[in-house]
Amino acid sequence: MPKVTIDGQEIEVTPGTTMLQACQQAGVEIPHFCYHERLMIAGNCRMCLVEVERSPKPVASCAMPVADGNIIHTNSPTAIKARRGVMEMLLINHPLDCPICDQGGECDLQDQAMAYGFDRGRFEENKRAVRDKDLGPLVATSMNRCIHCTRCIRFLTEIAGVEELGATGRGEAMEITTYIEKALGSELSGNIIDLCPVGALTSKPYSYVARPWELRKTESVDVLDAVGSNIRIDSRGAQILRVLPRLHEDVNEEWIADKTRFAIDGLVRRRLDRPYVRRNGKLVEAEWQEALDLVADRLKGAPGERIAAIAGDLCDAEAMYALKELLTGLGATSLDCRQDGARLDPGCRAGYLFNTTIAGIERADVCLLVGANPRWEAPLVNARLRKRYLRGGFRVAAIGPAHDLTFPVERLGEGGEALNAFARGEGAWAELLRAAKAPMIVLGQGALARLDGARVLGAGRAIAETFGMIRPEWNGFNVLHRAAARVGGLDLGFVPGPGGRDVAGILEGCRSGAIELLYVLGADEIDLPDTGLAFIVYQGHHGDRGAARADVVLPGCAYTEKDAIYVNTEGRVQLARKAVFPPGEAREDWAILRALSGALRRPLSFDSLSELRHIMRAAHPVFGDIDHIAPAPWGAFGETGPVGSEPFAYPVADFYRTDPISRASPTMAQCSELFGGNPETQPRTGTHG
Amino acid sequence: MLADRDRVFTNLYGDHDWRLAGAQRRGDWEGTREVILKGRDWIVNEVKESGLRGRGGAGFPTGLKWSFMPKESDRPCYLVVNADESEPGTCKDRDILRNEPHKLLEGCVLAGAGMGCTAAYIYIRGEFYAEAQRLQAAIEEAYAAGLIGKNACGSGYDVEVYLHRGAGAYICGEETALLESLEGKKGMPRLKPPFPAAVGLYGCPSTVNNVETIATAPAILKRGAAWFASIGRPRNTGTKIFCISGHVEQPCNVEEAMSIPLRELIERHAGGVRGGWDNLLSVIPGGSSTPCLPASTCDNVLMDFDSLVAEKSGLGTAAVIVMDKSTDIVRAIARLSQFYKHESCGQCTPCREGAGWVWRVMERMVAGNASVAEIDMLYEVTKEIEGHTICALADGAMWPVQGLIRHFRPEMERRIQEYRAAASRKAAE
Repeated sequence: MPKVTIDGQEIEVTPGTTMLQACQQAGVEIPHFCYHERLMIAGNCRMCLVEVERSPKPVASCAMPVADGNIIHTNSPTAIKARRGVMEMLLINHPLDCPICDQGGECDLQDQAMAYGFDRGRFEENKRAVRDKDLGPLVATSMNRCIHCTRCIRFLTEIAGVEELGATGRGEAMEITTYIEKALGSELSGNIIDLCPVGALTSKPYSYVARPWELRKTESVDVLDAVGSNIRIDSRGAQILRVLPRLHEDVNEEWIADKTRFAIDGLVRRRLDRPYVRRNGKLVEAEWQEALDLVADRLKGAPGERIAAIAGDLCDAEAMYALKELLTGLGATSLDCRQDGARLDPGCRAGYLFNTTIAGIERADVCLLVGANPRWEAPLVNARLRKRYLRGGFRVAAIGPAHDLTFPVERLGEGGEALNAFARGEGAWAELLRAAKAPMIVLGQGALARLDGARVLGAGRAIAETFGMIRPEWNGFNVLHRAAARVGGLDLGFVPGPGGRDVAGILEGCRSGAIELLYVLGADEIDLPDTGLAFIVYQGHHGDRGAARADVVLPGCAYTEKDAIYVNTEGRVQLARKAVFPPGEAREDWAILRALSGALRRPLSFDSLSELRHIMRAAHPVFGDIDHIAPAPWGAFGETGPVGSEPFAYPVADFYRTDPISRASPTMAQCSELFGGNPETQPRTGTHG
Repeated sequence: MLADRDRVFTNLYGDHDWRLAGAQRRGDWEGTREVILKGRDWIVNEVKESGLRGRGGAGFPTGLKWSFMPKESDRPCYLVVNADESEPGTCKDRDILRNEPHKLLEGCVLAGAGMGCTAAYIYIRGEFYAEAQRLQAAIEEAYAAGLIGKNACGSGYDVEVYLHRGAGAYICGEETALLESLEGKKGMPRLKPPFPAAVGLYGCPSTVNNVETIATAPAILKRGAAWFASIGRPRNTGTKIFCISGHVEQPCNVEEAMSIPLRELIERHAGGVRGGWDNLLSVIPGGSSTPCLPASTCDNVLMDFDSLVAEKSGLGTAAVIVMDKSTDIVRAIARLSQFYKHESCGQCTPCREGAGWVWRVMERMVAGNASVAEIDMLYEVTKEIEGHTICALADGAMWPVQGLIRHFRPEMERRIQEYRAAASRKAAE
């Protein structure tokens, strides 16, 4: 263990530690711009220079590993002079436009210039002017401000895996650019806004909207995919202005997907802000009491087996629990939360979780993807797979149509045949899996949401068991969800009870008249128009597909407007927190269901969210364990039998428009138009009609 | 003066045949096998004993550098020859490449054998088109004669030699930028450590040497370290090609003994300063990046590493740029600042931003459109840039300006006063 002396303080650090890390461990702050702990070391900003005894020149501490006996001075005259000099150089061509710069107030350059800079400039020449680049609808540029730290280049190249940004030109003519002007084709591109230490890359939708000190910050989680990325919601008054990532090493590290960051302008558009009731074929505005009474009347008049409910992708656990309690109390058994029809088995928790965990991917050595396109279904899981790939010694194979995942993937086939062969233990990859120390399999919803999905599940289980993926310390069986509500719904048992119908059965029942009342809790990805004479109650926050067919619309809250529990694909229970109030007369979803139970004169047994949670946790203990993963016990699930040969279809056709919020977002609409739902295709040009 | 028998480069001027047959008549490729068979340690030790210092500018002891290469490696090891000669004033490697290509190739084999290299890459400056063709022809001759390739010279040692043309960037002459460029990337210097001897070309142990260094090695190994060490002064041994340009009667390249007095070098080989020694204003002794020397120093200074460092300059590539009294010295140095500003790779902040700043101030200094206090500021700024970057380009860009301020400050002040006076006259009119 090397011992180093930092400003007179001796500490012991692990070998390979850089001087900058050693200084941080010793509690000494070293200013820096280009250095970022998750990116390759560039060592080019030179801000982190320190004096090291017996070294002729100041040393860039971010790049220099410590050696035993190093004596480092961070505040000696040499170090201070070096830092001041670098700061002066950084500022000579940096425009003095802080008053109109969106980075103002959270700018590394501003802060460090205050702490380490001169109090006046000596540069009398003209400042450099650099043409701004158009990087698409998400990232705004002001390239005069760029200090060439290359964090953005390194992020996109290393972590996002798209080599689209680079530097052209030399010396002071060096420019950060996409070479040929084009929008960034990465679903993680927004992170370069956070990485940029100055105001060169800022958020386009957030341009000139607010100053950081005006914002109220709420720590929450994202629900637009099933990763459960930790986010910080910045709001002012009643409006959410931006979403930023929040550090969670085991989930999203410090990145978020573009949809998470930019779909928020969908939260103020197409919102349901008051109840509606269908009269003479038209939805007309109604009062809460009127709407609830109408639903209660219908519910009273229908026998339990003729009542059904479908929960959607963005539902919180509390609302699903309340709805389940309410309807099972009426004798209903036709409940389902799997609106895509995925044949997931709620009986065994390990059978529907991402058991390896997202952080656990880093311990895997072989990965088999089945009908999953993690790049679009869960971009941060994909980023983790890429991170593992970059470390070396990781092989990935996939069964399903070809798709660029930003790392090499061997395609073994498109449909069930390749999976069947695997289950029989055939093929070169079977050998590879057998030899692997930590193999993992990932079943995507594309493979499970089909008629023989239960057999796919069974085949996945067989593969996991045959190839030694299930061991006390390692569980390599994974289901990759794409809906934030799904694991919570399965944990709550929001699935057909004895004699109950699943989603397909419910819809069929509506058409045949066997289902009289269908309660749709935020389910917008199902085909409702063709539901016959059934009375449809829609509870949700957006006037999307579900509300269009409804007979009664009950306005609920989006994830930013309620305190709620979500469970991510790993089975991690996390809390979303209320950042703003819902629009108009919309109410929190559990409260709507409680009010409905009152209107039914069969009140649910809780009067507050905390009471609800208390009861829910008593019935389902997993919800008590916030942000903690307890390994799920292995069991039997799925069916045996061969899987059909049709190619697996991926559930996400357009990454930017997957749910009611992103469908209502103008920013996401722009992205969708630009990329045609496919970040790899070229943007439209002037010759497109 | 160097005796003819001590000359290493006997065809420096291209008077004789550069091809294999001619080279062999001059003694190239003779006894190469025997040297290889003496083994790695002997080769490295002999070069160490000879006191040979790198001829590319920094003057690092070559034998020591070679000894950094791992004795045993599970990866291939490479020799990289830096033929990206781009320093203004320097043109020694060019003559070696076009007139003595076999000396270089023989050096590649011997240096490669000394370091256990599996291949030698010669990275040649893109503008050296004819030289590259000639070197390629020489490589093909040597392959055909079995001198390089498998079982080179019948010694049982295998070494491949590849020629790679650069694309005309000065920075690619910096050893790690050269490696980047050779790998097909943008020529930007790498952070050190790790040094190339540990992680070099394609991540494998590598040594980068200048053309002249490698081409001198065969003579040392064949004639013995003692012979080489007997020329020049201790720590500054051997022969060196000097490139004399500028205001001399006969600009030339000449191989001379190290530590020759500058005045003797100029007067004996270049026909003296134009208009006589008293007409001398200044000399840049080692290529454009070394600080200039005032005429007074030039009378007695010796041309070697240590004595020039003592004069706060450097031997660099031994490219002597002579300037007589007709020279606008401020303008000359401003032109160099412009060159370095243009050739900065743009990676490190001080060099990227500072080189342009210094050039712009220098341009004002040329006209005198500045204040005297700005001379001090300029000096301070060069000190802020020097030594604060990844590679030495920034140092080399700042030294000429520092040399100018050190030795020609009165001239700079005179211009400022003249400009002021002219401006106030104009205002009065």
